[in-house]
Amino acid sequence: MSSAVAEPELAAQFEATVRRKDRIEPRDWMPDAYRKTVVRQVAQHAHSEIIGMQPEGAWIGRAPSLRRKATLLAKVQDEAGHGLYLYSATETLGVSRQHLTEMLIAGKQKYSSIFNYPALSYADVGTIGWLVDGAAICNQVPLCRTSYGPYGRAMIRICKEESFHQRQGYELLMTMMRGTDEQRAMVQESVDRFWWPALMMFGPPDDASPNTEQSMAWGIKTHTNDELRQRFVDMTVPQAEALGVTLPDPDLVWNEERGAHDFGQPDWDEFWDVVKGSGPCNAQRIAHRKRAWDEGAWVREAAVAFANANDEEVPA
Amino acid sequence: MAEVHTHEADDHDSAYAGLLVNDAHWAFGTDFEDPLAGVDTTVPEGVDAQELAAYCLQLGDDALILSQRLSEWCSRAPDLEEDIALANIALDLLGQARLLLARAAAADPSLVPALPEGSPVPPEDALAFFRSDREFRNVCLVELPNGDFAETICRVLVFSTYRLALFQRLTAHPDAVLRAVAVKGLKELAYHRDFAGRWFLTLARGTEESRRRLEAALAQVWAYRHELGDDQDAEVVLEQVLATSGVAAPGVRPVSTVGGHTEHLSRLLAEMQVVARAHPMGLW
Repeated sequence: MSSAVAEPELAAQFEATVRRKDRIEPRDWMPDAYRKTVVRQVAQHAHSEIIGMQPEGAWIGRAPSLRRKATLLAKVQDEAGHGLYLYSATETLGVSRQHLTEMLIAGKQKYSSIFNYPALSYADVGTIGWLVDGAAICNQVPLCRTSYGPYGRAMIRICKEESFHQRQGYELLMTMMRGTDEQRAMVQESVDRFWWPALMMFGPPDDASPNTEQSMAWGIKTHTNDELRQRFVDMTVPQAEALGVTLPDPDLVWNEERGAHDFGQPDWDEFWDVVKGSGPCNAQRIAHRKRAWDEGAWVREAAVAFANANDEEVPA
Repeated sequence: MAEVHTHEADDHDSAYAGLLVNDAHWAFGTDFEDPLAGVDTTVPEGVDAQELAAYCLQLGDDALILSQRLSEWCSRAPDLEEDIALANIALDLLGQARLLLARAAAADPSLVPALPEGSPVPPEDALAFFRSDREFRNVCLVELPNGDFAETICRVLVFSTYRLALFQRLTAHPDAVLRAVAVKGLKELAYHRDFAGRWFLTLARGTEESRRRLEAALAQVWAYRHELGDDQDAEVVLEQVLATSGVAAPGVRPVSTVGGHTEHLSRLLAEMQVVARAHPMGLW
């Protein structure tokens, strides 16, 4: 009852904090809808890191040099680490990793649709680093200033590591481009496949993105989808030139007036199909995660039983 | 392009900073890094180069094949912490393998498989990716499939315990390169043994199911223990771990490893080598 009385004041404080671009911390009052939005977004992000281990992780066993194997394994390991920090951020809002994992496996929460595309050649390891991690960085750097403190701080570390991954991916492609004709063709084919899905990573166009306005008002989101997509294209074009690959968009051209590139639209029907579950790997990704979770259940149970037994042994 | 990110410039947390700097030279480290760069690889007097190379190859293959197996856990472990830990162990062993194979190749270049003229594949990669299963010198223990988490824990426990004891002695080896590899590996192997030892205890005292799985797993691994040789130091440590966990040493007969390898190695190598072998002139 008393909280109902104080609520308008608390709400005003919350709004003021967001306006000042200060952080909202776990113990601060926050609107329920804000809490839900943060949990939804951070959980989706955490799931993306964990599901995102799969397409590249599948190539660790086939990496063509010992150096590349180490680089790739370390990178996929970093993704697990990112998932860990992000699930920890949701725990500050009282939502456990276990609960979120169960929601993911039950298909009740989403992850980035890009991971529903397969990784079909070793060049994809480089392309995922360059384009997919590159797009993720464009999306994520502004989140370092997101209003929810634990999320923003997790993002600072994540962005630094993602930026390193992006360079590693690009470096792999650069090296392959100095190799054989077959390797160059492999790189181009991979870029052709990933370019449009990478552009889709910024989400639907602004006029079709229902959540953007509220998320921006709350300072959870700081740029619109189209702004970030534009930034990514402008950043990537010179990198593609330096690499010596073509981006598969006949409408891609520098617009002097705007000081930015014009470019074509991804196939949004395909985007919605993949979001709704009929991408090439949706079922496979969830089945893989479910299998790992189910097969690990007895280990997690043993750890809990062991910890509980030890607690009992400790004298009060 | 600079204006794309200037409004982020005041951001303490800008990961954009640096991304667009000096675009044409954005990639770095494109040259192959020789794992033994700057190291004097002359074989010391009184050491037989071929024997040294064969020994390094054996130690390197053990590490490489176990690393390959452990990396199969990536994205499949019981929880994120174990996923990360198993990847760490795999990375450490991969690092050891790379140095040891490079050492083997430098000590006895005749070991390195021939590749087409002008191939940029470095010697340690030629050894890893272009030898046939018969040419691998690893123990069977490391090539067995992972099995469940208990089997992986038992294998890492036994392997790292023996290898740590061995590496402690190798810190006095006459070859400076092998000595350095051993010194570097000590801390790594101590961590591997610690990780596996803690989980061994946890599974032994966890639930009925974990206990049952652990005992079955230990029996599997125990049957290959003879491959690692007689090592008093390692045996004492293992006895302690078993005693602390209240687990009896399995009464299993040693498995015959005549033929050198199991049926599993060829498949493991088929996966590991598939990309490299398709591109013998490839630059990675």
